[in-house]
Amino acid sequence: MDKQGYDAIRKLLGESPAFVQGDVACAYGAVLAGCRYFAGYPITPATETAESMASLMPGCGGTYIQMEDEIASIAAVIGASWAGEKAMTTTSGPGFSLMQENIGYACMTETPCVIVNVQRSGPSTGQPTEPAQGDMMQARWGSHGDYELIALVPNSVQECLDLVIEAFNLSERFRVPVIVLTDGEVGHMREKTVIPEFDELKLVERETPTVPRESYVPFGGGEAAVPPMGFFGLGYRTYVTGLTHTEKGLPATSSAEEHTKLVSRLCEKIRQASESLVRIEERYLDEAEFAVVSYGITSRVALNAVRTLRRRKKKIGYLRLIGLWPFPEERLLGLSKQVKGILVPEMNLGQVYHPIREAVAGKCRVAHLPKIGGEIHTPAEIVEAVQKLMGGRRR
Amino acid sequence: MRKEIQLAGFGGQGIVLSGLILGEAAILDGMNAVQTQSYGPESRGGAARSDVIISDAPIDYPKVVSPDILVVLSQPAYDKYRSEVGKKAMLIIDSDLVESDESALCVPFSKLADELGRRIVANVIMLGTLAKVSECVTRDSLERAVLRNIPKGTEELNLKALDAGFRSA
Repeated sequence: MDKQGYDAIRKLLGESPAFVQGDVACAYGAVLAGCRYFAGYPITPATETAESMASLMPGCGGTYIQMEDEIASIAAVIGASWAGEKAMTTTSGPGFSLMQENIGYACMTETPCVIVNVQRSGPSTGQPTEPAQGDMMQARWGSHGDYELIALVPNSVQECLDLVIEAFNLSERFRVPVIVLTDGEVGHMREKTVIPEFDELKLVERETPTVPRESYVPFGGGEAAVPPMGFFGLGYRTYVTGLTHTEKGLPATSSAEEHTKLVSRLCEKIRQASESLVRIEERYLDEAEFAVVSYGITSRVALNAVRTLRRRKKKIGYLRLIGLWPFPEERLLGLSKQVKGILVPEMNLGQVYHPIREAVAGKCRVAHLPKIGGEIHTPAEIVEAVQKLMGGRRR
Repeated sequence: MRKEIQLAGFGGQGIVLSGLILGEAAILDGMNAVQTQSYGPESRGGAARSDVIISDAPIDYPKVVSPDILVVLSQPAYDKYRSEVGKKAMLIIDSDLVESDESALCVPFSKLADELGRRIVANVIMLGTLAKVSECVTRDSLERAVLRNIPKGTEELNLKALDAGFRSA
């Protein structure tokens, strides 16, 4: 985006700082990132993102299309990406479930796209207007087969804007779907939101082939390669299929060798970059003997609780997961060597608790503080659980 | 400094919009603000509440803990929310719509709005009164925030309403 294009977008977005909902900030982030195609189906509590995109897209030469359902929405987004656009959809629980097959298709076909999931209480239609963190595992494992993708978790309205921009950058860089896991609380709250200036805005564009047409290999490269994307209209011959395919993109469904090579590369391109994908916030970890590890809206309650405990001279630290997938295992392992115990508050009955336990591998205690039903934790609940952990014994 | 304000009434009175304008005025003052809301599925009628937290420090916990001010514009909202709020909170009520035997700042917001010709601006009158007595936002920022969030052509009416609110405090 050049300065002229940026100025036009700024005019479109209006005043900064804005006082907008998290859902709206997701739309702002998308427009700033260069997203010019949105397909979606309205669902509480994600509708405001679609509504914003519907009003913003025509003003910047983009396309907004309301599809018949969420399966069609993600399909349209994948198609738009192959037509060369940066594309996004937003949804919540039931819609996210419907999108799973095509998220796998986007992984298999190495299609850059962004999916914002404003989480609400499930399973099924659950509590439409209530926030939850129940899709943390589904984001990672919801589609079938082996794959890797990236998931980011904002905890404020500002971060909704910032992380949607980052989601587009990472999806373009790695040619994977990137999922932004917000929730009904962050999605519907209003906060001060600063729109980044032109020189603060760092955008990544997908690499496109530069070789002669006859020597282009659309799905080639080394073991962890991200091949240049010869999307439709560039003049390169590219066959796109969800079937196991050769480097040329042609189906090779009976070849163990081709399948292993392809799926290993799809996973390795993310796994080998996992250190560069670590996004965590650490506070009060100096001399910490115990730590609260949290993410999303719950992390704001956790920070409040940690501050209260620090005022009481308790050596409690705070670690927030901003990048959830790939999981920052090494950092959690490092933390477990420093502290005696970790508390994991989350708005589900046990999801991110599990990869934390796996990463920690028994080196310290890990306690869980689940909460469901639509209310976020209170600071007092987290303070109490930390005190219990501090006084508790290894089970 | 952390100030917690709860605005309550019925859907259609502009409760959520009032919270939005108040929070926006606060950020125009250079403060931090969080606005959250709860309302039923009805577009009009059911109880509506809008919570605003204003602070000079970053706001971590985004929920109201103990409101400093409770503004109530309907009897059902008073009956529903009053008991949840501690007695130390300052209470502001629409004196024509809410019956209460406790000490409160009573202003007939709806009647004042009718006198200006449009009942729909009662919420803006309320914001004027709230800003005057609480000093949680400056008048200048509140005026700007109101103007940023109203339909074109209603500027004069809304500024009059805001002024009526300030004078009623």
